[in-house]
Amino acid sequence: MRERIRVRTFLVFGGLFLFLFCYAVANLPPWGSYRGPYGDVISRVSVYERHATDAVNAVNYDYRAFDTLGEEFILFTAVLGVMMLLRREEGTVTRDAGKVKDNIRLSTTVRVTAMPVILLTVIFGFYIGLHGQLTPGGGFQAGVILASIPFLLYVCENTETFRRITSHTAVEVIEALGASSYVLIGMTSLVMGAPFLSNFLPLGTTGDVFSSGTIALISVCIGFEVTAAFLLVGYTYLEEIITGELPEE
Amino acid sequence: MPDILHLAPYYVAAWLFFCGLYGLVSSRHLVHSVICLAILQSSTYILLLGIGYRIGGAAPIFADIDPGKLTVDPIVQALMLTDVVVEAVVVALLLAMVVKAHEKSGTVSPDELRTLRG
Repeated sequence: MRERIRVRTFLVFGGLFLFLFCYAVANLPPWGSYRGPYGDVISRVSVYERHATDAVNAVNYDYRAFDTLGEEFILFTAVLGVMMLLRREEGTVTRDAGKVKDNIRLSTTVRVTAMPVILLTVIFGFYIGLHGQLTPGGGFQAGVILASIPFLLYVCENTETFRRITSHTAVEVIEALGASSYVLIGMTSLVMGAPFLSNFLPLGTTGDVFSSGTIALISVCIGFEVTAAFLLVGYTYLEEIITGELPEE
Repeated sequence: MPDILHLAPYYVAAWLFFCGLYGLVSSRHLVHSVICLAILQSSTYILLLGIGYRIGGAAPIFADIDPGKLTVDPIVQALMLTDVVVEAVVVALLLAMVVKAHEKSGTVSPDELRTLRG
C-alpha cells in the first residue's frame, strides 16, 4: 500500500518534471549551435600553449588539473571506503563460504586463447596510457584496461592465481604512490615559484610521446593509481565472496 | 520534423533520468536501486555531450586536423570523464554498503531496512 502511494506520487511529480523539462528544452538555442566561448579558446590554444594535440586531456590534466586532483581523491577515498566496509576485523572467525570452487581448471582452449588476449591488453593499455596527450586516452582509461588483465587471468585460472598476482601490500603501495605523486607534481611547481600544478616541464615537440610537459606525467601517475584502485576493489569483493562471513545468530 | 529529432538527445537524457528515478522509487532490492542510480547518472552523459555538440564540428583531437578547425566543445567532454569515474566508484562503494547491510540485517529490501540496530 505504501509502495503504491509512493509510486503514484512519483508519477505525478515525475510527469510534471518531464513536461517542464521538455518545455524548457524546446526554448533552448538550436541544437548543434553551442556558443560556449571557453571550449573554442581551449581548442585554439592547447596545441600552441601546451603542445598537446588532445584538447580534452589538456583540459583534464592541465587547465583543470586542480579539479582532476579532487576527482582522483574521490576515487582514492571511495576505494578506501570499499576496503574499510568489507574488511575483516582481527579475531573474526571466517570460513570458506563454499560459494566458489577454487580448484577448477578450464579447458586448454580457453587458456590458450586468453594468453594472446592478455598480451594485446597489456600493449593496448600502455599505448592508451602513454599517448593520452596526443590521441583519445589517458590515465583513467589506461588504468581500467590494465586492471582488467588480472581479471582475465582469473577467468582462465583460479582464485589462487589471482591472489598471487595481486599482492595486496604492493597494490596498496602503488595506489598511494600514484595519488601522492600527483600532489607532489603540483607542489614542485609551487617550489619553483609558479602557481600550484602549473606546467613546469619542457614542452617538447608537438606529436611526440615525450611532449606536453606535466600533462603526460600526470596522466601516467593517474594510470598507476587507477589500475591499483580497480584491482583493490576487485580483490576486496572477491575475498568477500570466497570467505563470506555469515551474519551472527 | 528535423527540429524534434535535433532535440532528441535532451529527451533521451530526460527519459533516462525519469526511468532511473522510477526504478529508485519502486525498488524492492538494494542492488536494483544501485543499478537504477547508475542509469539515472548516465543521463548526464547524454545531456553534457548533447550540449557540447556542434553541427559540422570535428573531435577536439588536433593530431590530424588543423588547430583552427571548428570542433565540438572539449570542456564538457572533460567534465564527462569526471562523471564516468565518479559513477564507477560510487557504484562500487554502494555495493559494498549493500553487502554489509545484508550481512547485518539479513535482508536486501529497502522497505525492511527501516529498523536501526546497533
